[in-house]
Amino acid sequence: MATATENLTNLVTLEIDGQEVQAPKGSMIIEAADRIGIDIPRFCYHHKLSIAANCRMCLVDVEKAPKPLPACATPVGEGMKVFTESKRAVDAQRGVMEFLLINHPLDCPICDQGGECELQDLAMGYGRSISRFTERKRVVKDKNLGPLVASDMTRCIHCTRCVRFLEEIAGTSELGGIGRGEHTEISTFVERNINSELSGNIIDLCPVGALTNKPFRFSARPWEMRARPFVGTHDCVGSNLFYHVRGHRIMRSVPRDNEAVNECWLADRDRYSHFGLDAPDRLRTPRIKVDGQWQDCDWTTALDAAAAAISGTVAEHGPAELGVLVSPRATTEEHFLLARMSRALGCSNIDHRLRLSDFSHGQAGRARMDIASDAWPGADAVFLVGGNLRHDQPILGHRLRTAWRLNQARMMDLNPVAYDFHFDLSERLIVPPQTLVETLARVARAAADVTGASLPADALGAFIGAREPDAGCRRIAETLQACERGLIVLGDIALHHPSAGWLRSLAEWLAEALDVSICVLPGPANSQGAWRAGAVPADDGLDAQAMLARPRRAYVLVDLDPDRDLARPGRALKALRSADRVVAVCAFAGDALLETADVLLPLAALPETDGSYINLDDRSQAFRAAIRPPGEARAGWKILRRLGEVLGLDGFAFTELAEVVDDLQAAEPVESGQTRLGDPQTGDQVELGRVGDVPIYAGDPLVRRSPALQATTHAEPPAARLHPATADKLGLSAGAEVDVEQDEGSVRLRVEVDARVAPGALWLPSALAETAALGGAYDSIRIEGR
Amino acid sequence: MSLQATDKVISGKAALLTDATRQTIDHWRAKFPDGLEGRRSALIQALYAAQKQNDGWVTSELMDAVADYLEVPPVWAYEVANFYSMIETEPVGRHSISICTNISCMLCGADRVVEQVEKKLGIKMGESTPDGRIFLKIEEECVAACVGAPMMIVDGHYHEHLTPEKVDEILDGLE
Repeated sequence: MATATENLTNLVTLEIDGQEVQAPKGSMIIEAADRIGIDIPRFCYHHKLSIAANCRMCLVDVEKAPKPLPACATPVGEGMKVFTESKRAVDAQRGVMEFLLINHPLDCPICDQGGECELQDLAMGYGRSISRFTERKRVVKDKNLGPLVASDMTRCIHCTRCVRFLEEIAGTSELGGIGRGEHTEISTFVERNINSELSGNIIDLCPVGALTNKPFRFSARPWEMRARPFVGTHDCVGSNLFYHVRGHRIMRSVPRDNEAVNECWLADRDRYSHFGLDAPDRLRTPRIKVDGQWQDCDWTTALDAAAAAISGTVAEHGPAELGVLVSPRATTEEHFLLARMSRALGCSNIDHRLRLSDFSHGQAGRARMDIASDAWPGADAVFLVGGNLRHDQPILGHRLRTAWRLNQARMMDLNPVAYDFHFDLSERLIVPPQTLVETLARVARAAADVTGASLPADALGAFIGAREPDAGCRRIAETLQACERGLIVLGDIALHHPSAGWLRSLAEWLAEALDVSICVLPGPANSQGAWRAGAVPADDGLDAQAMLARPRRAYVLVDLDPDRDLARPGRALKALRSADRVVAVCAFAGDALLETADVLLPLAALPETDGSYINLDDRSQAFRAAIRPPGEARAGWKILRRLGEVLGLDGFAFTELAEVVDDLQAAEPVESGQTRLGDPQTGDQVELGRVGDVPIYAGDPLVRRSPALQATTHAEPPAARLHPATADKLGLSAGAEVDVEQDEGSVRLRVEVDARVAPGALWLPSALAETAALGGAYDSIRIEGR
Repeated sequence: MSLQATDKVISGKAALLTDATRQTIDHWRAKFPDGLEGRRSALIQALYAAQKQNDGWVTSELMDAVADYLEVPPVWAYEVANFYSMIETEPVGRHSISICTNISCMLCGADRVVEQVEKKLGIKMGESTPDGRIFLKIEEECVAACVGAPMMIVDGHYHEHLTPEKVDEILDGLE
């Protein structure tokens, strides 16, 4: 189990195949055997799942036992002698294998699992070459489990690993064993998709070909592919994975074990996003806009045009008229080179924090991790402030679930929507975004009352002091004070909130007053790397928000879709349209880029480039390109090198990425700016506040282009969701069509009544094409005519 | 208005259960420990109660309703409903008859009981009468009433030491 720490004082000594081994009391024979490298065949046993002991493949011979015993369910004992290869053990295993093969179809030649199948491998070792079974084999009708997992349930051997995974790890219990005896089927029973954000892991767990990767289906054999280690490029976890590559194509992705990062799991987002690499709008050649028409051109022409746009603006209007916006998905080296380029041009306007709307905290968008994420399961009380971890960082959601499941941690949250978590919450504060700050301050006030801590002497202290805590806030403060290993987690909503600085400052004070750990999650992907490399504005520079609020004459955009990756997309598009020159370095040329940009430089997408990522725990993970970029596309560091050279800037004469890495390591880490809190957003300023969280499969250009992910129920078109009380007050009912307005934009949406939304809030996700005309994700929003 | 989270896969289906069914479920739920696994334990009796309210079988909506009412994942209700022989998932007759054909009953003439019932009702084991009155369960394993063999279960009640006359009388007594 994820948190199992071995108790080394309680060991017993046993002998397996003549080898002496020590094992903790209560652990199973199979664990001890695994540790000393003795391989016992198994199907149902998995070290992260509960013990089922239903496949019987791991039967071993134990001295003095009257019959073979299952190694996965037999605890070790002092002086025990285990034989895994004696005649009795092997006979038992052969017998089990014969039964397992009775109903298993002989369709290995057309089975995707062929070549990497545990049943196939063990049948080679323990199976007979001829079957004695002459009766009819069982056939099971296939189920549609959704767009990610394909099923061939006739092949199922009922190990129930998938059932146990969904019940224990994913916490969704979507599969079950239906029927009994020979008629048992693993099924959802009623046709229903598997919606867990970790669903792809049941493919890896399935020891046979019953559950396979649906978009990968029938496209390659395991022995044709090479495994290229890489990291996940969507959330701040940086899950370790392998891309399986055939020729110049990534065929599929599987997890790479790393206990400290992603254990042995992989979120569906990291597993299926690579299918977006072949999107129809993939940019394969450099392009320039001539008289409003796009023309393909060679690299020299395009780089000259880009350099002319940049240096022309700097020469005519000064470097402050240039704005550099870079996706947090860029590698640390790309961030570093971009920062070097901006500085050499005299421009301080560079930022990677595209979705943030409040930069008043000196570390806005940068992680603060009092304890590493792999220590989260040890917490005994967790207070989650503004975040839907299941969707935003699925692996971190799993860590919190583990704390609840194995450590009985008390879970509490403060959110604008009662998100469907996979753990029970003992306390929930569900308030609209406009009262998040006040509510957190009430918890802080309760903490001050409970602990007797004195309030800070500044505006923060005054604000806390003016609050009246209610019973819920007090219970949260008391729980956090009473626990031993308390943890406060700040998620993406707290990060993107218009008073993010207040939320973070309040939470930091709260943690200090209660003497608990605090983990402030960074922005997505490589946000930590961007901070390390200096892709943040210097003191006199403009942040991502200000660059667009006060339009610049020229912009450099790196790897983003301006209509979907920027805060307040309506206003951002206006600024880009009014700019004289826009240079885009991008892997995909979406409509908004085609409309606003003047030069498009084709960028190698993430699995196609060398570089490194820094995750939330400040773990720097270097990777090599898994495949070559298509057409003329080039790695970001190469593009920036050439561009710097054409611009005649210092520091771009290197030839190898290693030189950049050396410079980066020698460079001083970026100091954070000053925290300058303005006035907090309060409930009396806003009538209806928008909850514009980023849907799980909408956060960056690659996931948005993955057909498999976009076919899931998580990518359904948005609706304007209101609490029944809010809908009543506004005179709206479910199904009504309304015009929703923000800034100067307006979109038509269907109303849905949803009791999970806080009264006074309108739940309408951001980062979607449908909401690109609107404004800030957590700002005030209007419904026309109401 | 309340601010309770509705974080269940299916919500609101519990409304399909009648008050009597809910009372039965509450009664059984109280017998098991608190918590998820305790509620899971009440599934058999809860599904049996739901079956009673719906003329002897449960629809998938009713399974969802039971899961919703007990606050457990729906698939757990499906598993139980499809595993246990006393819960029917297809439409059947109002009265359920199970004739034991296991060894003791067989030695005491269970085959003749089966023959008589099939002939009288005009249906085979596993079928229901066309008027929807009686359902003859396909097979019942030993139900621990060997001492009264041959025997059959009618709507949950044991009838032992069966004779042709007794069988006729029981069948004629069913509405």
